[in-house]
Amino acid sequence: MTALLEVDRLQVQFGATAAVRGASLSVARGETHCLVGESGCGKSVTALAVMNLLARGGERKAERLAFEGEDLLKLSERGMARLRGNAMAMIFQEPMTSLNPAYTVGSQMTEVLRRHKGASQRAATDRAADLLARVGITAPGLRLGQFPHQLSGGLRQRVMIAMALMCEPKLLIADEPTTALDVTVQAQILRLLAGLQRDLGLGLLLITHDLGIVARVATRVSVMYAGEVVESAPTAELFAQPRHPYTQGLLRCVPVPGKIQRDQPLGAIRGTVPRVGHGFAGCAFRERCDFADETCQRTIPRHSAGATHDYLCRLPA
Amino acid sequence: MSVTATDPGSSVESSPRSSRGPRRGWRSAGTWFGAVIVGIAAFCAIFAPLLVPHDPFAQDLGKRLLVPFWMDGSNPEHLLGTDQLGRDYLSRLIWGCRISMLIGVTVSFVSGLIGITLGVIGGFLGGRADDAVLFAITTRLSLPVVLVALAVVGLLGSSMTLLVITLGLLLWDRFAVVSRATTMQVRNLDYVAAAWCAGCSRFRILTREVLPNIASHLVVVATLEIALAILLEAALSFLGLGVPPPLPSWGLMIAEAKDYMFFSPWIIMIPGVALFVLVLGINLLGDGLRDQFGARTAP
Amino acid sequence: MLRFLARRLIVALLVVATVMTLAFILTRLSGDLAVSIAGPSATQADVDAVRKAYGLDRPLLIQFFDWAGRAVTGDLGESYFFKTRVATLIGERMPVTLTLGLTGLVIALAVSLPLGILAAVRENTAFDRIVQVVALLGQAMPSFWLGLLLMILFGLKLGWLPISGTDSWESYIMPGVVLAFSAIPALTRLTRAGMIQAMGSDYIRTARAKGLSRASILLKHALRNAAIPVVAIAAVQLGFMLGGSIVIEQVFALHGVGFLAWESIAKNDFPVVQSVVLVLAAIYVLLTMLADLMNAVLDPRLRGA
Repeated sequence: MTALLEVDRLQVQFGATAAVRGASLSVARGETHCLVGESGCGKSVTALAVMNLLARGGERKAERLAFEGEDLLKLSERGMARLRGNAMAMIFQEPMTSLNPAYTVGSQMTEVLRRHKGASQRAATDRAADLLARVGITAPGLRLGQFPHQLSGGLRQRVMIAMALMCEPKLLIADEPTTALDVTVQAQILRLLAGLQRDLGLGLLLITHDLGIVARVATRVSVMYAGEVVESAPTAELFAQPRHPYTQGLLRCVPVPGKIQRDQPLGAIRGTVPRVGHGFAGCAFRERCDFADETCQRTIPRHSAGATHDYLCRLPA
Repeated sequence: MSVTATDPGSSVESSPRSSRGPRRGWRSAGTWFGAVIVGIAAFCAIFAPLLVPHDPFAQDLGKRLLVPFWMDGSNPEHLLGTDQLGRDYLSRLIWGCRISMLIGVTVSFVSGLIGITLGVIGGFLGGRADDAVLFAITTRLSLPVVLVALAVVGLLGSSMTLLVITLGLLLWDRFAVVSRATTMQVRNLDYVAAAWCAGCSRFRILTREVLPNIASHLVVVATLEIALAILLEAALSFLGLGVPPPLPSWGLMIAEAKDYMFFSPWIIMIPGVALFVLVLGINLLGDGLRDQFGARTAP
Repeated sequence: MLRFLARRLIVALLVVATVMTLAFILTRLSGDLAVSIAGPSATQADVDAVRKAYGLDRPLLIQFFDWAGRAVTGDLGESYFFKTRVATLIGERMPVTLTLGLTGLVIALAVSLPLGILAAVRENTAFDRIVQVVALLGQAMPSFWLGLLLMILFGLKLGWLPISGTDSWESYIMPGVVLAFSAIPALTRLTRAGMIQAMGSDYIRTARAKGLSRASILLKHALRNAAIPVVAIAAVQLGFMLGGSIVIEQVFALHGVGFLAWESIAKNDFPVVQSVVLVLAAIYVLLTMLADLMNAVLDPRLRGA
């Protein structure tokens, strides 16, 4: 059986800047795949490239970019629009600005179903109310008639989630859906997403930089660094046996209660993400890596550490 | 009540300007074009008495409506022909440039004085003073400019001074809107707050911190106002209630030529094109200055 | 919202009252009105009779309150020249000016909305640059001169349109186009700027992520938000057009309110002049209030609280 989403050596460029440099990942049906990494490593751009929603000036290239076996690179904008919001949906990190201020919540939700399924206004409104209730919004009937500015950030993000689910998508891409929200609300939204993923059996590509979340919800984790996926593994394996020095560094930065002594300093990765331009070769992490030597300047082979675990480093498994 | 939102002048300025590459080239070409036109016009205006080939007021009824040089039967003595009273058209055109520039600059000066004073007071003091300034701007915008100017000139008799004062009293709104908005922005900047805290007097903060910072915005507004004043003067003169004849204002030249335009269209083309090109040049220069200062003149 | 409306209304009334005062002062600027009404050949006795007949012998303040009091009830006095009620005169001439203004506005919107939208969608392309150049050219075009050029071209050379008068709807095309020219640059630039801003916003990305059609994204989601400032300016522009139509009416010999004002200025018919100023200002104030209301309809955030 083919994966739901296959991304093979995706490249995205904005002018001379390479935002994504050959990232590969795949999302299977019914799994939660977490994409982690520091800000600016290309996580969001990867997601937008998959949806073909890159900002003006962004160019994507890939060996393969397929959804349910269908080649997305060959699809016209019109064909892509038929998939978006329908079989594949996306939630963004800015709930405050992602809804149109001029239309009611109900109008913005129902237009998705009417567009893709040709549903009647009445049927669409019923479904919208159902979904609002499902994402934990009380008095859905009232909320449907309200405008975005009348809702809090947490409510708006719930609306965005409900809206993404209108057409029962097979794949949901959530781009840091909780970053802009209060900590208490963050947990609620994530629990909601995980629950929905389980109940509806959809494939979830969750982009985050919060490893605590990853540990709780992910089936599989891909770690991105400077536009590349440097390590990909099932969640338990990644946390237990991180292979890439960057993954190891990331994990050291997470305080785990009980495992960490009081007053012991947390780990940190020195330096910052480098800007990688054209013609860059070798490992982008070498300047910050404790194990780097001159061979890191050559092209790095992808190593395998088991059937479902691979990483991009010269160090052997 | 928001004045900025209802003033078309300021809205034109608030159009976002993207600083991406390809626009620079043709934009700066436009600026240069504008600068050259304004330069030529200024030169003509200042040295008009030396430049005119003939006396722009001298009538010669024997040489009426001579055609300009590109038409058959033109007289090499009168490059742009003569008008219905036999006056040399080129001389009148150059003299008209002097009138237009003079009116544009002086009106802009008078209206700038009024508008900047009001705007800075409103923006700097806020509160009741600002309410009053906003009210003045709203009232001013509700007055039909051409009609009021016509009425004043019509009732008091036309003269250059009266025209400048009237237009100056009517065209200060954009100065006020822009200087009010920018003053507010500047007042809230950290270093101005720091100057307050350091115990500087209001006057000192105004003259040392606020005015230099809003000056670049005001230069841009001034160019646009000069263009507007020139257009308005031409319209008023065209209606017969602007610059008093026989002064050769371009608007007046068009009005006088109107009766002959169906037979010899060139006679309204020449002053019309001059007017159009001058205003275009000033606007291009203003746009270029705005880009240069990297400023949006309205919030 | 109600408080906002009430405040808005009070300001509007104050503006009208101020304009009333200004219009009154304006017509008294020329010194002794009785002298100018009576004419150059009048004797002192004639002037005194005129002064008495028109109530000009009373103190200025009394004259003002008398005029203002009547004006509030719709009585704008009597024209010295036409010898009819000023309100009737303006009422007769207003349809021409309103038709002209609305024609101008419709033409301006019909040109600048598509141009602005297309320029925004094709930002930084040759088309966008051409639109911006056209806007610049339009801004520099003296309206009366453009009117004359159109008359020569379409009236005389091609013979397509009538040169003057108000006999048919075709008479309004040329003046409407000329009037529209004054509003097109601002409206186009504003539409373009608003659309560029809207198209770059997060909610448009959401609309695209929802798989909506391009038409729906552009016209439903982006234009609705971009239109908010455009509506306000369009209403204001209509006000300016009505005020500026005095020039166009003169060029095309349209006997509207502007033409009436021009005649009255030439004849020292000050009740008409001050009334036209007042009426045009009042229309402008009404239009800005209308714009605020329409904005509240378009932008739900303004309705709240």
